[in-house]
Amino acid sequence: MSANHNHAHGHDAPGHEGGHAPSTFKGYMTGFVLSVILTVIPFWLVMGNIIESPANTGLVILLIGAVQMVVHMIYFLHMNFRSEGGWTMLALIFTVVIVVIAMAGSLWVMYHMNTNMMPHMLHDMTSGS
Amino acid sequence: MDLQKLVFGRLTWDSIPLHEPILIATFAAVMLGGIVLLYLLSRYRLWGYLWRDWITSIDHKKIGIMYMILGIVMLLRGFADAIMMRIQQAIAFGDATGYLPPHHYDQIFTAHGVIMIFFVAMPLVTGLMNYIVPLQIGARDVAFPFLNNFSFWMTTSGAVLVMASLFVGEFAKTGWLAYPPLSGLEFSPDVGVDYYIWALQIAGIGTLLSGINLVVTIVKMRAPGMTMMKMPVFSWTALCTNVLIIISFPVLTATLALLGMDRYVGTQFFTNDLGGNPMMYVNLIWIWGHPEVYILILPLFGVFSEVVATHCRKPLFGYTSMVYATIVITVLSYLVWLHHFFTMGSGASVNSFFGITTMIISIPTGAKIFNWLFTMYRGRIRFELPMMWTVAFMLTFVIGGMTGVMLAVPPADFILHNSLFLIAHFHNVIIGGVLFGLFAAINYWFPKAFGFRLNTFWGKCSFWFWVVGFWVAFMPLYILGLMGITRRLSHFTDPSLQIWFQIAAVGAFLIALGIACFLIQIYVSFRDRESLRDVTGDPWDGRTLEWSTSSPPPDYNFAFTPRVHTGDAWWHMKQMGYKRPEEGFQPVHMPKNTGAGFIIAALSTVCGFALIWHMWPLVVISFAATVIYSIYHTFNYNRDYHIPAEEVARVENERTLQLANHV
Amino acid sequence: MLKMSVPCSLPTMSDTTAIRHPGVASQSAAPEFLVKEDHHPENGTLLGFWIYLMSDCLIFACLFAVYGVQGRSYAGGPSGAELFELPLVALNTAMLLLSSITYGFAMLKSQENKLGGTIGWLIITGLFGLAFLSLEIYEFAHLIHIGAGPQSSAFLSAFFTLVGTHGLHVTFGVIWLVTLLFQLKRHGLIPENRRRLMCLSMFWHFLDVVWIGVFTFVYLMGVL
Repeated sequence: MSANHNHAHGHDAPGHEGGHAPSTFKGYMTGFVLSVILTVIPFWLVMGNIIESPANTGLVILLIGAVQMVVHMIYFLHMNFRSEGGWTMLALIFTVVIVVIAMAGSLWVMYHMNTNMMPHMLHDMTSGS
Repeated sequence: MDLQKLVFGRLTWDSIPLHEPILIATFAAVMLGGIVLLYLLSRYRLWGYLWRDWITSIDHKKIGIMYMILGIVMLLRGFADAIMMRIQQAIAFGDATGYLPPHHYDQIFTAHGVIMIFFVAMPLVTGLMNYIVPLQIGARDVAFPFLNNFSFWMTTSGAVLVMASLFVGEFAKTGWLAYPPLSGLEFSPDVGVDYYIWALQIAGIGTLLSGINLVVTIVKMRAPGMTMMKMPVFSWTALCTNVLIIISFPVLTATLALLGMDRYVGTQFFTNDLGGNPMMYVNLIWIWGHPEVYILILPLFGVFSEVVATHCRKPLFGYTSMVYATIVITVLSYLVWLHHFFTMGSGASVNSFFGITTMIISIPTGAKIFNWLFTMYRGRIRFELPMMWTVAFMLTFVIGGMTGVMLAVPPADFILHNSLFLIAHFHNVIIGGVLFGLFAAINYWFPKAFGFRLNTFWGKCSFWFWVVGFWVAFMPLYILGLMGITRRLSHFTDPSLQIWFQIAAVGAFLIALGIACFLIQIYVSFRDRESLRDVTGDPWDGRTLEWSTSSPPPDYNFAFTPRVHTGDAWWHMKQMGYKRPEEGFQPVHMPKNTGAGFIIAALSTVCGFALIWHMWPLVVISFAATVIYSIYHTFNYNRDYHIPAEEVARVENERTLQLANHV
Repeated sequence: MLKMSVPCSLPTMSDTTAIRHPGVASQSAAPEFLVKEDHHPENGTLLGFWIYLMSDCLIFACLFAVYGVQGRSYAGGPSGAELFELPLVALNTAMLLLSSITYGFAMLKSQENKLGGTIGWLIITGLFGLAFLSLEIYEFAHLIHIGAGPQSSAFLSAFFTLVGTHGLHVTFGVIWLVTLLFQLKRHGLIPENRRRLMCLSMFWHFLDVVWIGVFTFVYLMGVL
């Protein structure tokens, strides 16, 4: 693992990208096992019809999906506050905010548009979307 | 198997508009001009020079200049469209149908919008940021010089496709945002919308990569000591602009791709049946569209900050609040998009939310105006051209902003949406803000880029024609809009309106004179360059680091990377009696020029053209060639070289001598 | 007189009337304005690539938004519940997740400077990626065959485009992986190649993150 620090310090101001901790086998395995668990559970919940209400099932699996994304970010993508002087974290947070605005905004706007402008469409927007 | 269809798709001899005299005349003129240009290039043996020093250059300064040239050339095309529209609308009343049939007029207003936004404003703004930002932050180039070159050629590729639509086939007739279902297969089965889609997709790749490039440059390559809050304001606005590019252009790419899917694959995203929803297109395209207009204006806000501080010989008032205002505008610009379609029917709650956010976003801009005014207060103002353009901006843009706040009120917008009031509003802010700012920037930084100033007389002529012309051309449109006249009409029946259109046409001609004076200004300045020469590199007594270099700067920008201690770093250096180094020069590590960007972009142009005309075998071949060549390019690891220390010493000592002699 | 540690970062008002004094500041008190040593700015490739991934996130966000709005517009045709075979999806998910961990092993080998190990694990990663793509192509072909192609309804248009775009990204990743194998063979684990490995690593894991969104939002919720 220490080989990471033996870069040739040539002209290309090399890869000490602001506190980049080396990857470890333990890190990857932890991430992998957590991911497997967080994948099996939602599949089981849906395929086994475990929770009565589809809306609640939807909410639970969305939450578990979000958690698994965070697991991937930490264990596979080595997301932390130090990398690149904090700029990768800032970029990620900013992107997440924009994604939430774009998606939630679109869903909200389009729900109202459809309700007002296409009232004959049998449009089930609520279940899980 | 029909061989002709296979090879040429839907391209036939009929695709050439031989029955349109205006186009034939234009084509003849372009051919003539093109032949003259090619002849001159050959006569003076400039092909090698052009390829080596410009086309393959990865130098941000050369690329910046090429962007500006592209923008100015396309300005002439976009303005030609404008003049044609003004003439048509001034004469087409009652029985007089004018000289432009509706299907031609529709292409003109579509092309006018597409060209002005994507191929005039964006390249000019990008070119400016490309040239100035590395110099202002004390860097030698941008973070990814090859990508920079590639981005430029991809933008040019898009422009080439749009221009090609003049002579082969036709352009979209849908307006510059190409709303479905009009832009879908059913109502626009011909090539026009496909030209639109592929031109913008290819240019969009260039813009997105440019955005990433400049953000990483500003984050990673600032000179030691230049913390974020010591960075020049123009670089701050450039940073926020490029952040906006990164978070908005993917939306355009995705949305146009979906429209493309509807047209090429037959999907049902924006169709009228089988579940399609055209309103979703409008929603998505404006999620891109609103940040886009802030992408256009924010860099120019930065220009005004630099110009005002320099021309009033005072530090910018309220630097911190300027930075925060820029950041707030960046974030808020993502929360207002629905104000472009209040009338589409989302209802009171949604409309109120977006109306309120739209009004809030005017506040940070107002704060900026006050900061500029406070900078001017008790300053020693020099009314050079950049300052003149800035004052014109303040007066013009503020009016345009106010009409924007009017439009932000949903009930008012229900009357004014898609009227000429809207047209007047956005031209007010784009011309008053973006264009006046670009002229300020060009007059301000031209001496840096070329080593001689611009002629003042012709500059002032251009200024007055533009400012007066703008007001004469667009105030009538506000009046017409309030009377209820709709946009995009090529013919009217009410003769009492004609006077307003005639006045507007006069205004357009004044602007034409303004553009002519600008071109004359460039020519005369070049002709008289020795008498306009500036050897100091600092003709305005500037405050920021770009003025510390020679004009034009050497290839490597800075022999030694500057060390920064305060904001307005160059001003500080001058105050502290900075002396130029005379020894100790090091070899400079530089990236090599490469033709790969040009070649990949050229292949993309062919691919785009083939897609437009459904020339499927050519699509496959050109796409494969693009991919294969790109992969081949990645096998080139030999991308840089060193400028020897002796060469650096020679250039620097020559300049030291020149400065000493100039005293 | 100019203070060196001003709270506001601009020279103070007194500078408006300051005159230049060339040659005054040659004493040791003068601040150093130049970096005399060989200065190289930090390499921006990894940050740049990360930012590119953020922009790619936006593209997927749009496609997810379209799917969210139109994902129930069946146009009288089949719904997700009728079409999706969750066991196949689970298998696909496993392929992708395994490919992520094998890429991780490749990175570990590269950290240990083991070129052979790096290449070996990369090849396995590529094979898992190809398996993922094959299963997906099989699924798409089957849907088209039974008349549930992307033209049939807005739901299916959105489904094919979202899942297909992800698949296209994986395809591009596999091509990149193969290219990198050749480049590793030719140049070994030089800094440039290490950067490329890091970039592909980010790309590969990012695609797995997007897939979490796909199997949750599209497949699992589509069946509910």
